[in-house]
Parts: sequence; C-alpha cells; structure tokens
Amino acid sequence: MGDVIVFAEHRGGHFPKTTLIAINAGLEMARKRGGNCLAVVAGDNVDAAAAEAAKYGVSKVIALEDARLGNYLADSTAQALAALTKSLGAETVLATATAMGKDLMPRIAARLDAAMASEIIAINDDGTFVRPMYAGNALATVELEGPVRVVTVRGTAFDAANPVGNSAPVEKVKADLDPAGLKMAFVGFNEIKSDRPQLTEARIIVSGGRGLKSGDNFKTVLEPLVDEIGAAMGASRAAVDAGFVPNDLQVGQTGKVVAPELYVAVGISGAIQHLAGMKDSKTIVAINKDEEAPIFSVADFGLVADLFKAVPEMTEELKKLKH
Amino acid sequence: MKILVPVKRVPDPATTIRVLPDGSGIATDNVKWVINPFDEIAIEESLRIKEKQGTGEVVLISVGQQTWQEQLRTGLAMGADRAILVRTEAALDTLAIARVIAKVAANEKPELVIIGKQAIDDDSNQVGQIIAETLGWPQATFASKVEIAGEKCTVVREVDGGLETIAFPLPAVITTDLRLNEPRYASLPGIMKARKKPLNEVAADSLGVDLAPKLKIKTLKAPEKRQSGRKVGSVQELVQLLHTEAKVI
Ligand SMILES: Cc1cc2nc3c(=O)[nH]c(=O)nc-3n(C[C@H](O)[C@H](O)[C@H](O)COP(=O)(O)OP(=O)(O)OC[C@H]3O[C@@H](n4cnc5c(N)ncnc54)[C@H](O)[C@@H]3O)c2cc1C
Ligand SMILES: Nc1ncnc2c1ncn2[C@@H]1O[C@H](COP(=O)(O)O)[C@@H](O)[C@H]1O
Repeated sequence: MGDVIVFAEHRGGHFPKTTLIAINAGLEMARKRGGNCLAVVAGDNVDAAAAEAAKYGVSKVIALEDARLGNYLADSTAQALAALTKSLGAETVLATATAMGKDLMPRIAARLDAAMASEIIAINDDGTFVRPMYAGNALATVELEGPVRVVTVRGTAFDAANPVGNSAPVEKVKADLDPAGLKMAFVGFNEIKSDRPQLTEARIIVSGGRGLKSGDNFKTVLEPLVDEIGAAMGASRAAVDAGFVPNDLQVGQTGKVVAPELYVAVGISGAIQHLAGMKDSKTIVAINKDEEAPIFSVADFGLVADLFKAVPEMTEELKKLKH
Repeated sequence: MKILVPVKRVPDPATTIRVLPDGSGIATDNVKWVINPFDEIAIEESLRIKEKQGTGEVVLISVGQQTWQEQLRTGLAMGADRAILVRTEAALDTLAIARVIAKVAANEKPELVIIGKQAIDDDSNQVGQIIAETLGWPQATFASKVEIAGEKCTVVREVDGGLETIAFPLPAVITTDLRLNEPRYASLPGIMKARKKPLNEVAADSLGVDLAPKLKIKTLKAPEKRQSGRKVGSVQELVQLLHTEAKVI
C-alpha cells in the first residue's frame, strides 16, 4: 500500500543533487501515504550507483539492468520502469523534473494509464499536490485519481536526502523489455564542459542578460565576478538566443528553475518568464541601468548602474573582502 | 511527408495572469489569446521540412472549443494546409488530450507529429511524450535541430549539461525547444488564403477515447508576493550588505 518508486537518475554511478532531492521527496511521499520508498537505478552495470542509492534511507534499491539501458533512451527506460511499477504494485512513480525526468515520466504515465502531475512543489497530507502553473503566477492544488500516479518534483522545493548511516538491500532485476518497442538509438552527447558548479547545485548564481551585449563581454566582464564568488553562471533567454552562452544556462519558465542562496541578475530586465525561474532564491541582487526594470520588484538589493562599470567594481570589492 | 502539429490556445506570454478570488481559474477578461509559442516553432519546423522536400502536408490539430478556430486560422495563415478542431466543452487533462491527438494521428497516419515541449499556461511538458508512448513511436523531446534522411530522423536535443543526439525511424514525435527555429509571421496573402483552407470539426466524444480527467485541479491561488527590497547607492554598499546583513558572501 502506498509504495513509492523513485527513479534515481545517475551519471556513471554519480548522483547529481537532483536525484537526492527525488529520494527525499519520495521518502516524504511514502511517509504520508503509509508505504515504503524504493529507489530504482537503471542501466547496464549499475552496481556502484545502486550501492550509492542505498545510503539515503530508502527501504530497498532495485538495480534494473540490461545492456539496452546503458545509454538512457525514453522508450526502453519507460518500458522497463512501467513493467517494474506494475509488478511491485507501487502507488507512485516519482522523479525530479530534470531534462531526463521530463522526457521519461509522461511515457511511464501513458503506459500505466496513470495521471501525472508535473513539477510539484508540495505534498499535502490529504494526497493532493501543489504545482505552479502560468509561469508560477498561479499555484494549483491537484488530485490524481486512479490506483497509480506519476509525479515529477521541482528541485527547488525539496531538500536533498542525507546519508542515514546504513545501507538498504539491493535487489537485481532483469529489465522487462519488448524489442519491438525499442526504436530509438543514442548517437552522442556533446557535453558542455565547465569547472563551475551546476546551476541546479550552486549556492550562488550570477546570471547575465541582453545587457551584456556580447559573448565576449560575458567572458571579460561577467565571468571574473562569477569565478571570484565561486558561482554558477546563468543567463536570460535573450542572452542564450543571441548565442552569448550555451542553451543549458537559461534560467526561467522554459529553462532551469533555480533557488540559490544568492542570485545576482546582471543586465536582465526581469520578464515574467525569467522571474519564474529564480524568484524563490533566498537573496536576489539586481544590477540594471534602468531603474524601472521589473527585476527590481523582486530584488532584495538593487543597484541602478551601468553594469560595465559596476561588475568589475564588484569583483574588486569582493577580492578586498577576502584579504 | 505528412506532419501533424498540435496547436494550443493560450494567454499571450506578455499577459499579467490574475487568479480569480474564488480560486476557480484565472481572470480572462483582459487576456489576449495566441498560439502557444512552442507550437509556432512546431509549425515553422513543419513548414521548413515541407518546403525542403518540395512536397507534403502540414495538418494542424486542436482539442478545444469553438474559439480555438482563431489560432488554427493563424496557423493556416503561416502556411499550414488544413486544420482539425476536435471539439470539447470540457476541460480535459493531458492524458486525455494526448490520447485524442494520438487517435487522430492513427487515422491520419502522419510520418511526424511535431509539437511544443510545453504549454505556457499549464506548464506540464507531457502531451508529446504521452502521444509517442500511446502510438508506440520514438520521441525526441526538446529538439534544437532536426534532420531527416528518407525514413530516418536525427535530432539534437537540449538536455542538462549539453546537447544529446539521437536517431530513430519514422513515424515519430518531436517536441520543440526555443532554439529550433524562429517562426515566421503570417503574411497578408497568407491570411487571405487561410480563409479558404479546410478546417474540419470533429466531436471529441465521437472518437472512442476515455475523456474523463484523472488529474483534477481543486483550486488555484496566487503565490505569495515577494517583498521588494531596497536600492543601494554603490557597489561598496552592496558588497557590505551581502557580507554583513544577508551573510551570503
Ligand atoms: C515562450 C517563452 C518562453 C520564455 N522563457 C524564458 C525563460 O525561460 N527565461 C528567460 O529569461 N526568458 C524567457 N523568455 C523571454 C522573456 O520574455 C524575455 O524576453 C527575456 O527574459 C529578456 O531577457 P533580458 O532581460 O536579458 O533582455 P531585455 O529584456 O532586453 O533586458 C535587458 C536589460 O539590460 C539592461 N541593460 C542594458 N544595458 C545595460 C548596462 N550597460 N548596464 C546595466 N543594465 C543594462 C536594460 O536596462 C534591460 O533591463 C520567454 C519568452 C517566451 C515567449
Ligand atoms: N488541447 C490541446 N490541443 C492541442 N494541442 C495541445 C493541447 N494541449 C496541449 N497541446 C500541445 O501539447 C504541447 C505540450 O503541452 P503540455 O504537455 O500541456 O505542456 C503544447 O505545446 C501543445 O502543442
């Protein structure tokens, strides 16, 4: 009754923070539904990842193995996970709303004939969930009917699980795959290498917008500040569309949703779609030369200034602080 | 090749959304309605594929009310060939909407369904994936580049930490991300022509799909407003405040 299966996304045995968030949300869900929380690690050889998943308080880890799950693909993983959910009779399948979670979970819902709630931010005691709609301008209380339900959780709304000091048992399960349904092939992954923290893991984020005017300015003006405070770098859609920085740095309704301790918005106007992705940050700083810019309405500290002067100054001030 | 493109009517992204005091929905009195921006990208991509191949048909589909004809006409004015409006007065959930579209796709037999990754009103990011699973088709979500060679399709996808490339045979579902293309505007001749293009209506309950929603929205409320803070006079003051008051650096 009320069991929860958490899809534990991993990269070669390493769990991003978003996976620990999924486990924590799964534990909360199981507690509220009177069931157990299980983690599923899918892949080719997942011994290391399964051992890692076992440390965070789940009652069991399922190592779902098959050579055809080696590279994640939506069709194969959805098949395997839906079959597992059925055989275990679980009530909820849960993942964090990462790119992979968003890609995968609706397919599982379809296979299970289940309703799905995307990016929930709260689990209520009565079994309902809260999720944002309209770029966060409305919070909906939703109910999913039926014996099985699928949810993704918004990473900013739940804490990461901590190790509990002992390890849950790991059970190996052969993935149940119908070859006729496997039509997708992995070709390659072009990783954007960066020494900076990931946007979804960072304590501090410095984001740049169209006000930066060029990719070169991102490098010469913004990046020294980013690196001086050990931040992750983010961007508005306008900056990404203009090709100043890679796509996966976009913060907002249709990019990444973040809530770091400190978010510094530089040359960003604060369109509703951008605010949707960062307005839950703990402290917000805005640097903009237009004092009417809407970003100031959510900023704890606003500086009306030319960023090309203010940002290098700020980098210098921070250096002084260190010494 | 035949391409089916779902189109959703949503509030213009520039609209300020207000939740009704009784929590039953959003105020619609001052809302301007548009095609979901991701669906415009889907229409554009379909038109480009058709133009490149020199042959084919782009068919739009909406599952909604009479008023949705407006957005379908706009899509026809952009260059789509015909449109299907599956009429329903009820508010369907993503599962039902996707199954209705899958049912029409099963009849129309397109080689591709190109669809937005996300509707900017419900922000679900589900319908394309559910269509793909319902039909047993491959899917490429968050596409930033699409290449078609015969019956094979290669898609570059925007994922966490980089760009992933996958390949699969057609038919398939592709969901569009922002960088796939820049949609064209409807031209004046396009708008004239669109008036005469076929727009057929079908009743949703005639398709034999279970329409009863499993996801129920109980209430809506407005989020707590963030207190706006203060302006600071200089960079020095800013850094001091971050250090001593906010204690974040
Ligand atoms: C479907 C859809 C989805 C979207 N999704 C997102 C999303 O996920 N994330 C997102 O960010 N946007 C998104 N947008 C776009 C959003 O509506 C805005 O267009 C975008 O956020 C604007 O980016 P910006 O603030 O960098 O640019 P602008 O709005 O052009 O603002 C630039 C700012 O820089 C300031 N500035 C210029 N020069 C200087 C200077 N020298 N010193 C200081 N300040 C300066 C200006 O005063 C201005 O306020 C989406 C839009 C749509 C339609
Ligand atoms: N009622 C609908 N009619 C047609 N297409 C829809 C409908 N609802 C959603 N869609 C499509 O599904 C995509 C994803 O929507 P969603 O999963 O709701 O975020 C949108 O971009 C639309 O193309």
